[in-house]
Amino acid sequence: MLDKLYHAIVEMREPEALQIAGEALKSGFPPLLLMDCCRRAVAEVGQRYQSGRYFLAELMLAGQMLTQISAAFSDSSWARAGLMLTEQLLQEISGPKEELAAGTKAGTEKGQKLGRVLIGTVKGDIHDIGKNIVTFMLDINGFEVRDLGVDVAPELFVEEAISYKPQVVGMSGLLTLAFESMEGTIKALETAGLRENLKIMIGGAPINEQVREYTGADAWGKDAVAAVALAKRWIGGA
Amino acid sequence: MLTENWSELTSREKFQERFKRWMDPPGIEFVSSEVREAYAERTRIIKDAIELKKPLRVPISPIMGTFPAAYGGISVQEAMYDYQKMSYAWYKFHRDFQVDTLSSTFMVGPGKVLEILDYRLYKWAGHGTPPTSSYQCQEGEYMLEDEYDLLINDPSNFWIRFYLPRVFGAFESWKALSPFTDLVELPFVGAFMIPMGIPAMRESLKKLLEAGEAAMEWIEAVNAADVKITAETGVPALFGGFCKAPFDTLGDTLRGTQNIMLDLYRRPGKLVEAMEKLVPVNIEMAVRSSAANNNPMIFIPLHKGDDSFMSPRDFARYYWPTLKKVLLGLIEEGIVPCVFVEGAYNQRLDFLADPELPTRSIIWIFDKTDMKAAKEKLDGKACIAGNIPASMFLAGTPLQMEQYVRDLIETAGKDGGFILTSGAVLDDVRPENLQAMIAAGLKYGRYS
Repeated sequence: MLDKLYHAIVEMREPEALQIAGEALKSGFPPLLLMDCCRRAVAEVGQRYQSGRYFLAELMLAGQMLTQISAAFSDSSWARAGLMLTEQLLQEISGPKEELAAGTKAGTEKGQKLGRVLIGTVKGDIHDIGKNIVTFMLDINGFEVRDLGVDVAPELFVEEAISYKPQVVGMSGLLTLAFESMEGTIKALETAGLRENLKIMIGGAPINEQVREYTGADAWGKDAVAAVALAKRWIGGA
Repeated sequence: MLTENWSELTSREKFQERFKRWMDPPGIEFVSSEVREAYAERTRIIKDAIELKKPLRVPISPIMGTFPAAYGGISVQEAMYDYQKMSYAWYKFHRDFQVDTLSSTFMVGPGKVLEILDYRLYKWAGHGTPPTSSYQCQEGEYMLEDEYDLLINDPSNFWIRFYLPRVFGAFESWKALSPFTDLVELPFVGAFMIPMGIPAMRESLKKLLEAGEAAMEWIEAVNAADVKITAETGVPALFGGFCKAPFDTLGDTLRGTQNIMLDLYRRPGKLVEAMEKLVPVNIEMAVRSSAANNNPMIFIPLHKGDDSFMSPRDFARYYWPTLKKVLLGLIEEGIVPCVFVEGAYNQRLDFLADPELPTRSIIWIFDKTDMKAAKEKLDGKACIAGNIPASMFLAGTPLQMEQYVRDLIETAGKDGGFILTSGAVLDDVRPENLQAMIAAGLKYGRYS
């Protein structure tokens, strides 16, 4: 059964995956084993994305399947739709067994994560798709990610960097105004005395080496795959 | 119909007819013979580039966003609300930079109109984005997953009664209307008019009147500004209208990125049907604005077909077929699609080189696609343009810019069929870098 579910997810057969999972849950199959299988399947989808076999469409559908299956086994509110929530979702899936089995909201325990990444779309820019994909990919590669959303002011990056203590900060932007915002945010992190303990990566359609230099980031990535590679290089897990 | 015998003309004759109007624009009185000659030269080199002849020189056409506002010392918000300030800023930009194509003030957007209508698809300067920033799309699910058939059965009805009420506060009450196609016989007229009498509808109609007045004020200013810029600096507009790839109409406007990607798997049949329905809608929009603006070129920005968005198989199956139909439909009408290939299309160049697309009929403007590969693939087929990265304009130096332009013209501009553009819409620019782009374009772009 788990094997079938795994392949249904990996091969993008959504109705089949949902049906298998639904029936398994009804018949009293241990939810944790089921969710672990889903997690492995989604990780494989991530692998295929990384190797260029899968694309945005497949990543999004995998995220949706995971969300729906999670919703089916727990009617708690954490089964909201969309990639943005998979961070929380995955955190909870990898959280303590008792809590999951009881169907309650986990969230304090972080499980076995490689390290912490703080991420957001910089001030003035409201584009979120690229950032969400990076968040998702970091998640399924074992990082804990705090996503600050879009139009994130430098002050908020600083505040969160202090409280969350990430090893890596990721900044996203689709517009050229993001160059200035990224530069300003990095300066603010410097001023707050946080810069030397942080690795900073930037990404988004117009981002390249020239922008990295301009903003003072440590590295830039052309896509989510590059972001994962950078995080692994800096934090470990490569 | 631009001529009486329009329906008898071949697509190439229509093409020539449309270019004739663009190259000798009615209603423009150039301030001097030099400016008239500058306009003539610019239209000639662009037409030559499209027809893959070797022009006098490479046309220089950075794709401008909001930079003219900053350059003119005003915020984007001011540009969107104070048309006089906007007009002067855009005029100053053209006067000082002498690029080869017009950055139409039409694209700046009428702040007051948007505000009266309570437009929700976009955030704009001072209205959700900073006063100095360009407008940004607020994606959402404006067509629900079970509404494909509504769209397929009657796109206009869907727009009027479902889409508009969701994206414009002022249209919210329109969901109470019946389809306009109900108006077939006398007994139905009364019934149809009932919703018009409800208070919310009256409010809506008042808003529309107000928006209409504001739009008149805006278009007068915009027209006057564009005419002045053209008459005094001799720049032709590169585009006379706009349409989209049907996949993007659905993905950007109606379903949102995530939903359209899921639809590829969940309801591919409906997706294809809806895209087919949107082919003539897009063609008609383009043909109409091309004629109204006496401009044979239509801008088509591509958003969701990039190398990373979907597999080559899905691109071939979903994105490309209806885009190709739109392109063929426009070319048939003598229109030149200016396709802005946003993102990277390195895996898609064979599609663009499709032998069924007539040669010398399209401009492909590239962003991050490898220009050398693009030139090789499209050589002898279509004009290519691109692709100075936005970063070069802000984070680069004039020297770096010069080198980039020189290399670009060497690879992509060899033997003509090339227009020098930016790879992105430009908001934040260092003036000296833009000057360096233009100077380098003139220096290295001369064909002898």
